[in-house]
This record gives sequence, structure tokens and C-alpha cells, in this order.
Amino acid sequence: MSPNVNVIVLRTAGTNCNEETAYAFQYFGARVEQVHINDLTSGKQKLKNYHILALPGGFSYGDDIASGKILANELRLSLGQDLCQFIKEGKLVIGICNGFQILAKAGFLPRTPSQGDLKDLKQQVTLTYNDSGRFEDRWIHLRPEGRCVWTQGIDGVIYLPVAHGEGKFVPRDQNLLANLRKSGQIVFRYCTSDGKKPIYPENPNGSMDDVAGICDPTGRVFGLMPHPERHFRVIQHPFWTRLEKIDGLGDGARIFENGIHYIQSHFFKKLKLSTAGVSSSTQDDQ
Amino acid sequence: MIWRIEIKDKKGLFDSAGESVRKDILELGITSVKEVNVVQVYLLEGDISSSEIEKIASQLLVDQITQEYQIINSSDPYPQDSSSKSHRRVEIAYHAGVMDPVEESTLKGIRDLGINGVCSVRTARAYTIKGPLNSRELDTVVNKILSNKLIQQVVDGSPLRRKKAKFVAAGKNPKIDRKIVGQHFQLNIIDLIKAKDRQLKEISLQGQLFLNLAEMKAIQNHFKRIGRNPTDCELETIAQTWSEHCYHKTFRGQIRFQSRENGKVKTTLIKNLLKSTIVKATQTLNRPWCVSVFHDNAGVIAFDEETNITFKVETHNHPCALEPFGGANTGVGGVIRDSLGTGLGAKPICNTDIFCFACPDLPFSQLPAGTLHPRRIMKGVVSGVRDYGNKMGIPTVNGAIVFDDRFVGNPLVFCGNVGIIPKDKVTKKVHQGDLIVLVGGRTGRDGIHGATFSSGELTGESEVISSGAVQIGNPIEEKKVLDGLLQARDRGLYRAITDCGAGGLSSAVGEMAQDLGCRVDLEKVPLKYQGLQYAEIWISESQERMVLAVPPNNIDELLAVFQREDVEATVLGEFTDTHRLELFFLGCQVCDLDMEFLHQGIPLITKTAVWKPPQLKTPRVMESADLTAKLAKVLSHGNVCSKESVIRQYDHEVQGSSVIKPLVGIYTDGPSDASVLRPRLDTHKGIALANGINVRFGQIDPFWMAASCIDEAIRQIVAVGGDPRRIAILDNFCWGNPDKPDRLGSLVRAAQGCLKAALELGSPFISGKDSLYNEFTLGKKSIAIPGTLLISAIGIIDDVRRCVTMDFKAEGNIIYIVGETKAELGGSIYLETFEQLGQEVPQVNFKQAVKIFTAVHSAMEKGWIKSAHDCSEGGLGVALAEMAFSGGLGAQIDLSKVPYKSRERRNDWILFSESNSRFLVEVSENKQKEFEAAGGDIPLAAIGRITKNPECELRGLSGEVCVKARLSDLKEAWQRPLRW
Repeated sequence: MSPNVNVIVLRTAGTNCNEETAYAFQYFGARVEQVHINDLTSGKQKLKNYHILALPGGFSYGDDIASGKILANELRLSLGQDLCQFIKEGKLVIGICNGFQILAKAGFLPRTPSQGDLKDLKQQVTLTYNDSGRFEDRWIHLRPEGRCVWTQGIDGVIYLPVAHGEGKFVPRDQNLLANLRKSGQIVFRYCTSDGKKPIYPENPNGSMDDVAGICDPTGRVFGLMPHPERHFRVIQHPFWTRLEKIDGLGDGARIFENGIHYIQSHFFKKLKLSTAGVSSSTQDDQ
Repeated sequence: MIWRIEIKDKKGLFDSAGESVRKDILELGITSVKEVNVVQVYLLEGDISSSEIEKIASQLLVDQITQEYQIINSSDPYPQDSSSKSHRRVEIAYHAGVMDPVEESTLKGIRDLGINGVCSVRTARAYTIKGPLNSRELDTVVNKILSNKLIQQVVDGSPLRRKKAKFVAAGKNPKIDRKIVGQHFQLNIIDLIKAKDRQLKEISLQGQLFLNLAEMKAIQNHFKRIGRNPTDCELETIAQTWSEHCYHKTFRGQIRFQSRENGKVKTTLIKNLLKSTIVKATQTLNRPWCVSVFHDNAGVIAFDEETNITFKVETHNHPCALEPFGGANTGVGGVIRDSLGTGLGAKPICNTDIFCFACPDLPFSQLPAGTLHPRRIMKGVVSGVRDYGNKMGIPTVNGAIVFDDRFVGNPLVFCGNVGIIPKDKVTKKVHQGDLIVLVGGRTGRDGIHGATFSSGELTGESEVISSGAVQIGNPIEEKKVLDGLLQARDRGLYRAITDCGAGGLSSAVGEMAQDLGCRVDLEKVPLKYQGLQYAEIWISESQERMVLAVPPNNIDELLAVFQREDVEATVLGEFTDTHRLELFFLGCQVCDLDMEFLHQGIPLITKTAVWKPPQLKTPRVMESADLTAKLAKVLSHGNVCSKESVIRQYDHEVQGSSVIKPLVGIYTDGPSDASVLRPRLDTHKGIALANGINVRFGQIDPFWMAASCIDEAIRQIVAVGGDPRRIAILDNFCWGNPDKPDRLGSLVRAAQGCLKAALELGSPFISGKDSLYNEFTLGKKSIAIPGTLLISAIGIIDDVRRCVTMDFKAEGNIIYIVGETKAELGGSIYLETFEQLGQEVPQVNFKQAVKIFTAVHSAMEKGWIKSAHDCSEGGLGVALAEMAFSGGLGAQIDLSKVPYKSRERRNDWILFSESNSRFLVEVSENKQKEFEAAGGDIPLAAIGRITKNPECELRGLSGEVCVKARLSDLKEAWQRPLRW
């Protein structure tokens, strides 16, 4: 038996993409638990027992006040120390859509190297109202760049859906944006189908510099507005009936697989050596 | 102490909310407004220090990156009001008693900061409108865009008064101290026994009971027999249980039906319309996969080895007429609770929403007093559906929008929900001694009299007298209930469940206790604010509540499950074996009703129905040689044109289940016939969802309207790959006042069409609903909606990988038409573009239809069909254009090849006839022979080919070109009208 990669999919009132996010990790062999934040704050469950924290999409607390804001505060104030420790230990965090909004508003993204401790965390970017003034569900193209462990091996343009009303990326200032670019913290940008500079609706929300996803300086904490779990299989592609190959995995699956592989290669190396010959259960199906 | 925090965007940032308002103002024809800015206002009350308020503002309420804030305390001088003619500032707040949707979560956010002194949060929005605007224009903007006076008000007056006024107006909603509630309450007894007929009518009218004289007399007799007068609570309970909305008196009562056709008058007595039509079809078909039909909150059909599928569609018409956002919002919330209340609770997996509005470009001068403009209704309804569906995380995957000016005072809003449920959770049974547990939101004065209100007609005054029936939903509350409920269900903690919908606790508890009896202590119901009367608590329709029957042994575990999800769960009483409905308030009995009288005591009323075919004019239409412009016009018709701007606002992909999305094709903007989902992420088994609705056919003959709707719903599912033998359907009848014989006559005729078509096409009804009294009365004039039948269909698909979409796939492939085209232009969009109705409504050749559906399906199973689209509104012409531009490929068509049965040899008839049971399908050249051979004797013909050239070229009966259009032009005609 290979050891399990333990994934916590955190949920609270209004979280709603937890099932399919959990499924994506499970598919690659992880042991996934969907845990209510009340169970972490009460101490019934411990963050340290997991390798990967996933903050799925949804409308936490109704996105009242602003998207993700209330959960961002709760996370920072009640679990901030634990989460800082979690990240320090080399573990992984992914925030999708509402999860990205939460990480950004709690200051865990983008984070600069000088912000080592919880007390230094400060909101530096936001995801605000789409320029169109409304919620939109549409498929968009993304061009990968930067240094993020979650997107290793994704070289070309990928196709994922977005579904949000507040996804416009705005940094504190232009300096920050330039620094993020330099430090490889911009992970995805919206683009045209052939990877060129987009206009609306290719950039679906008016994000500055077309930014769709960013990571922290370690590349292990990742947030993005598009939904990789919704293009997990080819059959979720909006025009799969026009494609040759319809079985198999879609463009978003690689992100979850990368997360699992990273933990396996960084946390289970020694174990793996001692159980040589037993291959990970996650390798099939590829 | 009251604090006011104002939040606005930093300079230089794009204010998208303000921009949306500016566009709305422009649509009103007011062109002088250059810019609108929105300020979000929070009003906090409680024992809060200035450093605490600073912390709340900076850490919680403001987005430091894009916004800035200003704190104003009631003792500070208020900043000078800068309103002038060229710079207006208007502030809008909710009325007292209207739930402020963000209060609860904002209070939580404040507590998370370690601040516990805030007791109330209210919000308001201030708009700064830049550009010259006179008072009349400002008034228009305020009433038509910024506020709905039923739930909101303009906050005005001097700055200081403004604050005070707001707090009086907005009111605070302190959480209830249950000891205080109603310590001094008065039991209200209605003097019914001695009342004369006139007084009986008055009691019904004044109490908004909507009970007729015969019913009032039956109640009077009952109380005479038991020798006492009823309490107000007893009367309310009877009125709710007997309301049209809850009891369906018309469908379940006797009808004397007179049909006058071809000079012959035939009278029949219908004992029970529902049983003799809708239910009869299902019973006769007797499909083994129909698991539970008609008796639960939703119909249930078999899905796979472990699970079943539930489906229910409801209407929420009257609330949407008055407050479109709230009405649609709670409509969606209500139908989701129907799924939660089916069996032991189904998990909701998708929504479907169908609307009927008056035309969005209706001039304001033609708007009846007391009604909202259709454009406003549409925007509000769409927002309400979006808000609830998206926040619940349930994909909205299917729908339709029908435009007809007779919906002006009375729009129709159908909300449907599909659920999935384990096979062993389908049945429920209450036991004596089970505890009655209320879970979910608190109870307020919301929606009092909703059930009885929807059983009467709307009038210009409805917005005043029935404002209690208007409410706003809280989707996150319902999501929490859902999260807790499924855990409790899977642990087997309760034995029965139902939702609090129309009629509130009265309906939910009354229904569950029907065979046993119950005892409820009303003071235990958690309230939003104090001051509710016991009867109000009992009939309140506050949203997001469910009632469970819980064995006493499980109660602790059940309460713990909900507590972990931050959901209130409260024991209200227990189920007994007394066969009585016993209610108490602070130990005093306020209701003691015999269950049998309550549920069976309603007097059987015989209504009269008359059907005679309408006198119709023969259509007079000159056929143009070039039909290109006409095709563009038909594509631009409201019912045909693209609904993309609406569809995109709905999250149609959450849960990761979507396989065929509502928008398909190479540019992901083509109109799919049906949506297909994979409810379980680890299998390829799927469901397909579609609907049929056509109000114009019903103006000619409701029988054929019903048959056409059923044919349409089925053929849409077949078009994406559904098996015609595995399709179940739902009926939703929305009609005018059934006490008027002509309205009821057409309703009977439609129900008869349902019976015939369901039987012949082999699709059983599994659930349905009727909403009657859809009329808008203004003075002496009564505008009835056109009798509207919505058929919703759900099909099971064994392997979704064999599904087909409607976009053309490859150059050179052959285009076939399957089915027969007839000169049936009655009720067609084509004739409507000439403002004519016509005479010949499309009929259904049932035997042939079954053969066609079977043949198309088996060809799809074999993989011969590359694309398929059903021909419905706009006929062959629209179907062809949509397939072409959705696939980015052109077509060359020869209309003379179309199997066409009529002596009237007209190109326009062939192109735009809306004959039923027809498909356009794409077949590759190498499968042509097999496909044709498999068709047998059904009418089908190759009518053309797909071309690379992005153009549709159609040749007419004598070989001449009658349509030649670029795809981009056709698409623009189709997309432009609702590109909002």
C-alpha cells in the first residue's frame, strides 16, 4: 500500500463546488475529506493531518459584503496560524473561484517573501465586480506562465469555464503587478484561442493584465478564477461532440494530478524507497 | 448608538454597478445621465466604540484595494447634501420587516472580529446620478429602476432626519426573547354560527380567506354541529387547506363540460378532471420505471441500480407580478424544497426555468396601472433565478421565454427542480409519537396569505393589499438546510419530511398529520421578531423551512447534525393518534380541528365548462419570392431569438455534471434542444431535460396545443439522444379564472389533449401542478392570460457519449428532414410576423410520430446521425439557420424535396410551417443507405448538403433561389433582440 495523500476540501455555509473538487482529487488516489470549518475551529479536525488544502468554489456566507470576505476573515483570524504552519511545512493550497477570492482577501495570495508571518499578511490584490456588471458562465482560454507546482507540464493554451460575478483581478498598484510577473507568481492569463492578447469576452471580467490565477512565492499556494474541476473529463468540453477523442481527461485534470504527485514525491520519498516495487495507485488511467 | 458607514469605489476604478444603472436609465429614454455612482451604506446599531467601528469598516466592510469608506456617527455633522439638478443623490433602503439579506452574515463577520456589541445591521444604497434630471425624471428612475415600493423606500429629509428616519423605517430586528412573546395575547373567536350569508362572505373577504359561500356554509355547519365558534386560527387553517392552490378544487372537483363542435352540442359530466385525464394516462401506460407518481412533492422515476430521479415544476406567478426578484427567488427556493421534501429528501441536481412575459418593448403608455413594465419584470425574474440557483450550487440548465402581451399584468414563472435519491429513501411514514421538528430559517410575517392570495385574481390594488405575500429568499440558509438534511437522511434520523411552502406550517404539519393527528406548541417556533400572533406563526410562509418527523430516540443526534451546519432545529410538538389538529399557544388551545373535516369536508362544487372552436379568419399573406428577409425576421422573434444573455447569468455547470449544455456548437452559442447531465460523476448514465410550450396554438385549439407541447418536449429529448420509451413528463396548467365557463372549457380541452398525446406517444405524467385565476382585473376589465400549458420532459440516457448536438459538423454531409410538413401555419411565428393567427393548428399524427422517434433514436444509437435539431417555432427555416451558424458551416437546400402534404404549393409554407414530429438531421455520405433503409415507411428525404461556404442557399419548388443569406447575418438577426 502506498501512503495516502490526504486532502481536506474545506466547506462552510454556501460552499458548493466541494463534491466535484473532492472527486477530482479522489480520482488520482487521494483520500479526501470534506470538512466544515466549524469542525476545524472547534478542534474536532486538525489541518495538520492533511497534505493539501482545497478551498472550492461557491458563495461562502452568500458572498455578502464582498465575495469570500467573511470566510477570508474567519480563516485568517481563527485558523491563520495553523495555515501559515501548513504552508511552512511545504504543503499545498489551492483556491478555486470563491477559494481564490478567499485566499486573496485573507492575504495568503500573492504574499511577498517579506510576509513570512501571519501578522505581516495583508490583502494586496482583490477580485472585484466583473466589468459587465453581472455573473457570467462561459468558457475561456488560459495561457500558463510563472512557477507554480500545480501547473507543471501545462505548456499550451488550455480551455476552462469561469462562472463568477466578482472575478476582476485588481492589484494594489502597478509595482506589485510588475513584481508578481518578475517573481513568476502570475500563473494563468486569459487569452484568445491561439494564445494572443484577449478582449471581452475572452477576458471575461476585465482583469488587469488579463490575470486569471496567481501563486505565492513558493509556487505551492495557488488561486484561480476558472474551474479546472469542471473540465475534468473531455465530455465536459462545451463542444465535445465535435472532437475526435471523447473519452479521457480534460484540460483541468492535470492540475489535481500535479498536486497529488508533488505530495507523493516530496513527502513520501523515504516511504516509497522502503516499499519499493509498490507503485502508487494513482499512476493508472493515464 | 447608531453608526453609518458609507463605502464607495476609489477614484479611477470602473463602477460596474453604476454603469448598469446608467444603461437602465438610458433604456427608459432618459439620455441626459452621464454617470451613476453607487455608494453602499451600512447602518450598525449597538454598543460599539469608535475603534471597533473603525475595525469593522476597515477589516470587514471595505475592500482595501478598490474601495474607501467614511464613518458617520449620529452626533457628527452630516456632510453637506450635495444634491442639485445636475447631481442627484438618492438613497434606497428596505422597509421595516423586510428581511435584509446581508444582515445575518454581516453580524457573523463582526463577531468573528471579536466584536459582540452590534445588535442590528441594515443596509441601504445611495446613488449619485450625474447629468441634468428634472424631478419627474428622477421619480421615474427611482420607481422604475432603483426601488420597488413594496419592499423598499427612498430615504429622504435633512441629513439628521435622514438617519433617524432610516432607523425608524428600516427598523431593527432584535432576535426574539421568547419569554416576552405574546405573554398577553388574546384568543380571537369568530362569530360564525350566527352569521348570515352576507356576513359569511364578508368574513371570507376581510380575512383574505378566498373561500366561497358554499365553503363558508360548510364550515358554519361543521361548527354548528360541534356547538361552538371557530378561532381565527382554525378558520385560517381551513382556508389554507381548501385553497385552490393547495386543494386543486377545479382539477379534483366535478365539471359539467359542454362541447359545441360542428353544430353538435355534447354535454358530459367529468367527475374528476385530474383522474380522468392526466392520472389516467399514467395508470394506463403503467410503466415499471415510474416509482412514485402524483402523491409526493415530486414525481419519482428509476435511474440506475442505486438511485432514482425526482422531478417537479412549480409556478410562482403572482409574487413575480409584484416583486419580480423576490418572487422568482422564492419560486426557485420553493421548488428546490419540493425535492428536499420528496421521499426522505432528494439531492437537487439541476433547475429549469420557463417564463412568459409581455413584450419587452411594450410602450409605457400601454402599461396598465399598478403593473411593472415587462422589461423590469424580466430582468428581476432572471436575477432572482440566478441568485437562488447559483448560490445553492444547482445548475440551471434548461428553460424558455415566451413573449405575449396578454401576460402584461400577470407574468408566468415556472421553476423546476430535478433531484437524485437513493432507492431506499423514497418512502416515508409518520409514526405516532414522532416529534415534529422544524428546521431552517426563522418565522416572520413574510408571505402571510400567499396560498389564498394566489387563489384569487390580481387587481391594480393587489400590490397594496397583498404586500405581505411578497418576500425575498435566503439561498444560503436553504443550502445549509440541504447540507444538514442529507447527512441526517443518510444516517436514518427521521421518518418523514415535507417542506413549508404555501400555507406554511399549517400546510406542512397538517398534511403530515393527516392520518394520525398532532399537537403543536406554537410559541416554540423561532421567530425573526416579536409581535407575531399565533395564527400568523401558523400560516406564515417564511422561506427555507422544512418539517421532519423524528423518532424521540434520534432527536439528540439530529439536533447535533444541524447545529454543526449552523442551522436551527426546534421540536414543536408531536404526532398523536387523536386524528385532531391541536395547536397551543403558551398553554392555551388555539385550534382543535377534526382531521377528517379539514381534509375531506370541502363541499363538492360542480363547475361549468364550455368549449367551442373560435371563429378564425383565413390567413391572408402574400408570398414573397425572396424569403431571406422573412427568415431573418422570424429568427428575431422574441420566442425564437437567442437567450444567451439570460443563460450566461445562470451557472449551468456547477456540480460538474453538464454534458450537453444549453449553449452548444463551435462558438458555444448555439441553442441546444435539450440539456444532458451526468448526475453521478463516476458513470456515463445521464438524464436529458426539455420543455414544450406554445400559447398561440392554444388560441386555436387547446387540445392540439397540449398534443404539440408533448410532441415538442419528447422530440427535443430524442434530438439529443434520449430514448423515446424512457421519457416521463410533467404538466403545468396556468389558466384564467376557472369559474368562467369559457376559461374552464379550454382547460378541459387541453387536459383531454394531454391524455390522448401521453397515451399515444407513451410518455407518462409523473407530477404536475395547476395555477388558476391568472387574470388581471382593472376596473371592469379583466385581462386573462392565454391558457398556457407547460410540458416538462425528462429522459434517461444509458450512455451520454452517444449524445448528439444540433450544430452542423462537417462539410459534404447530407441534410435530411424526417417527418411530414403540412400547411399547418395556424399559430406560427411566420403568421405572427404578419400579425395574424391563422386557422390550421399543427396536429400530431401519433402513430407516425412514434415511428419517427424510434427511428431517429435507433439511428443515433448506431452513430449515423452527426447533428440533429427539432423543427419547432419558426419551422424548418429556423432549424436550418441555427444548425448552420452554430456549426460555422453553410448549407444548400432544395425545398422541392421536402415531404409536403398540401395543395397549396408555397415555399413560405414549407419553410415556416410548424408541423410536429419533425427533425433536421445530418448524416455522412457513407451512412446514407443504411439510414434511409432503416427509416422504413416514415417520411424522410435528403434535402441538401452542408457546405464550407458560410451561407445558406435555399431553392424553392420551381428551382429558383428563395433564400440566400450569409451565416453572420442570420446569426446577427437571431442574437440581436435580447443582447442585453
